[in-house]
Amino acid sequence: MNRHLLSIDDVSAEDIVRIMDTAESFREVGTRVIKKVPALRGRTVVNLFYENSTRTRISFELAAKRLSADVINFSTGGSSVSKGESLKDTALTLQAMGADAIVIRHSSSGSPFQLTRWVRGHVLNAGDGTHEHPTQALLDLYTMRERLGRLEGLRVAIVGDVLHSRVARSLSFGLVKMGADVTLVGPATLVPPDAPHWGVQVSYDLDEVLSKLDVCYLLRVQTERQRLEYFPSVREYARLFGLNRSRVELLPEGSLIMHPGPMNRGVEIDSDVADLPQSVIEDQVTNGIAVRMALLYLLLGGRRGDGEEAGDG
Amino acid sequence: MASLELLFRGARVIDPRAGRDEVADVHVRDGVIVDIGSGLDGPSAEIVDGNGLVLTPGLVDLHTHLREPGFEQKETIETGTRAAAAGGYTAVAPMANTDPVADDASVIAEVRAAAARAGLADVFPVGAITKGLEGEVLAEIGEMAAAGVRVFSDDGRCVPTARTLRNALTYARAFDDVVIAEHCEDASLSSGQQMHEGISSSSLGLTGQPGAAEDAIVYRDIELARLTGGRLHICHLSSARSVELVRRAKADGLRISAEVTPHHLVFIDEDLRTYDTNKKVNPPFRTEADLDALREGLADGTIDAIATDHAPHAVEEKEAEFDRAPPGTIGLETALAVALTELVAPGYVTLPRALESLSSAPALILGARDHGGPIEAGRPANLVLFDPEEHWTVEPPFVSRSRNSAFIGRELRGRVRCTMLHGELTIAEGKATR
Amino acid sequence: MGSSSLMDDAEIGRAVTRIAHEILERNKGAEAVVLVGIAARGDDLARRLAAEILRIERRAVPVGALDITFYRDDIGIRAEAPEVHETRIDFDVNDRVVVLVDDVLFTGRTIRAALDALVDFGRPTAIQLAVLVDRGHRELPIRADFVGKNVPTRKDEDVRVALREVDGRDAVLVQDAVTSHLGERA
Repeated sequence: MNRHLLSIDDVSAEDIVRIMDTAESFREVGTRVIKKVPALRGRTVVNLFYENSTRTRISFELAAKRLSADVINFSTGGSSVSKGESLKDTALTLQAMGADAIVIRHSSSGSPFQLTRWVRGHVLNAGDGTHEHPTQALLDLYTMRERLGRLEGLRVAIVGDVLHSRVARSLSFGLVKMGADVTLVGPATLVPPDAPHWGVQVSYDLDEVLSKLDVCYLLRVQTERQRLEYFPSVREYARLFGLNRSRVELLPEGSLIMHPGPMNRGVEIDSDVADLPQSVIEDQVTNGIAVRMALLYLLLGGRRGDGEEAGDG
Repeated sequence: MASLELLFRGARVIDPRAGRDEVADVHVRDGVIVDIGSGLDGPSAEIVDGNGLVLTPGLVDLHTHLREPGFEQKETIETGTRAAAAGGYTAVAPMANTDPVADDASVIAEVRAAAARAGLADVFPVGAITKGLEGEVLAEIGEMAAAGVRVFSDDGRCVPTARTLRNALTYARAFDDVVIAEHCEDASLSSGQQMHEGISSSSLGLTGQPGAAEDAIVYRDIELARLTGGRLHICHLSSARSVELVRRAKADGLRISAEVTPHHLVFIDEDLRTYDTNKKVNPPFRTEADLDALREGLADGTIDAIATDHAPHAVEEKEAEFDRAPPGTIGLETALAVALTELVAPGYVTLPRALESLSSAPALILGARDHGGPIEAGRPANLVLFDPEEHWTVEPPFVSRSRNSAFIGRELRGRVRCTMLHGELTIAEGKATR
Repeated sequence: MGSSSLMDDAEIGRAVTRIAHEILERNKGAEAVVLVGIAARGDDLARRLAAEILRIERRAVPVGALDITFYRDDIGIRAEAPEVHETRIDFDVNDRVVVLVDDVLFTGRTIRAALDALVDFGRPTAIQLAVLVDRGHRELPIRADFVGKNVPTRKDEDVRVALREVDGRDAVLVQDAVTSHLGERA
């Protein structure tokens, strides 16, 4: 496996299978009374979160702690990531602290790449701007495989604001890599015109694709973006693209409803739909910890890069 | 050391204005070319062996940013002109987006004075089109023209309304040889942009600026030039459509000229996949098809000149998250080598045409009569002698105060040996004389 | 590679039967006993022992599989993170006698890891160790309670157990001086 996990590009199809198989074992650990193994004892994992995201940060924190690693949290709002301190200076500080791995979430696309130029440890991208969110994609792939038994040939629709979604990018790239059949669905202004280059199909009509899906993956609609005139109103969005009860009837039996969270109940997904059994949104959260444990284990479980120079980016 | 009498012996002299390309000797004395021919004698002259080297009129940069007054942490007139000399330039035109903005004769005078003190290159300050570059009220164009300014530009910004640009073009007609140079960018289409909008920006998760943001304004400005009969220069072209628009405008007999940067002749949007902020520029690198059109445009003369758009930024500004880094790359020290390596060697452009686009063509647009050749007796000795074969790798530190070069790590060939400004060497044996 | 057979399938079968008897003898029956095999191959052996005990004593003994990868002491030393296997212990280990089962006992490090893992599952009354082959060269103070065969080996030799369930046949093989970095079981 690559030294860092910056984007789905960093993992091959074989790597993805290995990550999912390893995550399986970590899920079992999560069922034990003592949910901890000593595998990464003595290692230090830093959570560098410039964007507020309690759920992802906690997921990574639990993952690292269950591997017996030491965890340091640098997040905005705390004094650590102070205003004005450059990313580079923060990176050098973390380097000096001996961080073995840095999990970074940042609003600027590409920041994880830049981080690799300044630190020697492993860098994991927990979401950078509108670029990628590879660990989310991997836990989603894991959830799909676990529930449906396979990834190849799965028919998946990713619905919503694809243009601004890092989850949509990572997931599309990951699914295509594993041989799934992906369709992006949303208003024409929110689906990137170059998307077909990703190996996916595009549709502006959700009702047309629903009956042929194994997975309906809903993206969170940023209602703030609405101000940027991408679509007329939240009402219109919900009417055309919201997954409501009648649309759920169109989905084939056994198909899954997924969402990376947090949900806008009543916008992209109706409240009662979110709580249906075919909605595996809770599983995604549980699996998130196991997959992140697998990633930390696979990245840090190999020989420590003592002689390795910063600058692998 | 500077010398008052010099004889360049045996170099290949390429003089685009005189149409000369042959081995010859050039004799210089008291700032002026005394003779050019073969087997020249100069008993009291210092001999410079030009065997295997090329001698050509000193390069002229139509578009550069010297950052003084106001942004001296990035560059000063002294460090900038020293970088220019190192790159073989004898004349540069610094843009007006300083602080204060060069929108009246006093700032122009200040810039000229600083340049004269440094004495490293002739500086032709560009005046602003509008006061404070705000895009609303015309700047003191007449006063600046009287002070010798020939090029006016709000570069950094685009004149926002057609009405204002129309007025500028019309008003400028009253003054001889004055040209309005436009940075063509529709701000409403380009807002938030980090790179070219296309397949790459889509996968890199960066907001892009479509080619149309430039094309639409190039079209607008050409139509205004047509309407007013004014003289228009288009800065840093980046798209194929723009090149085509300029070509047609020239065919229609309009007084249009255009420039392209060395970096836009090398890179495309895909090159940003490592999020290297030194490759973040405005206008952005576009696609392979755009790159081809720019090369062709330069070769066939649609694009008159190569201009560096040398844009220094402090290290801490560029070593930041991609979307926070200011756009721009330095280029004075690498322009010649880039032209030789990436245009001439692969055969896109001939050597004489490349040198013309670096010296005589920009000199003409700028109205810099002492520069750009021809190399003949009586003319001021503004020359550059370079080794077209010497290989080197672009690495910091640079002569420029800043180090944000898009070419870091790239292997180039072509190195300046001597730069001569009015008969005095600013660069001798590849090193600065002062 | 010169390889010779230390035990053939008949000998393995007899060893398994004998160990099953010894476990029953030592623990006075199978009542409090559970078997936990160390993946991989230890769990197959554990299942065979359970089958023997069922045959002898007519009693079904719970069998689990334990993967000790996350407890290894060489994480961060090898080129890649060690490969992970399945852990499945569906029963309570508290107040039971856990018989750990492994194919080869060598340096003792695997067993040390298994003890740490097991202790995270609960508090057994006792932990005993059954191995098919003890090849010596202990690096930790670990010893087996039940041994199929004691085989003196050189440290640089490679001892491998093949089992019908996984490898299609039963055999214990030793190979000369194979420098293997991967799958090296302690």
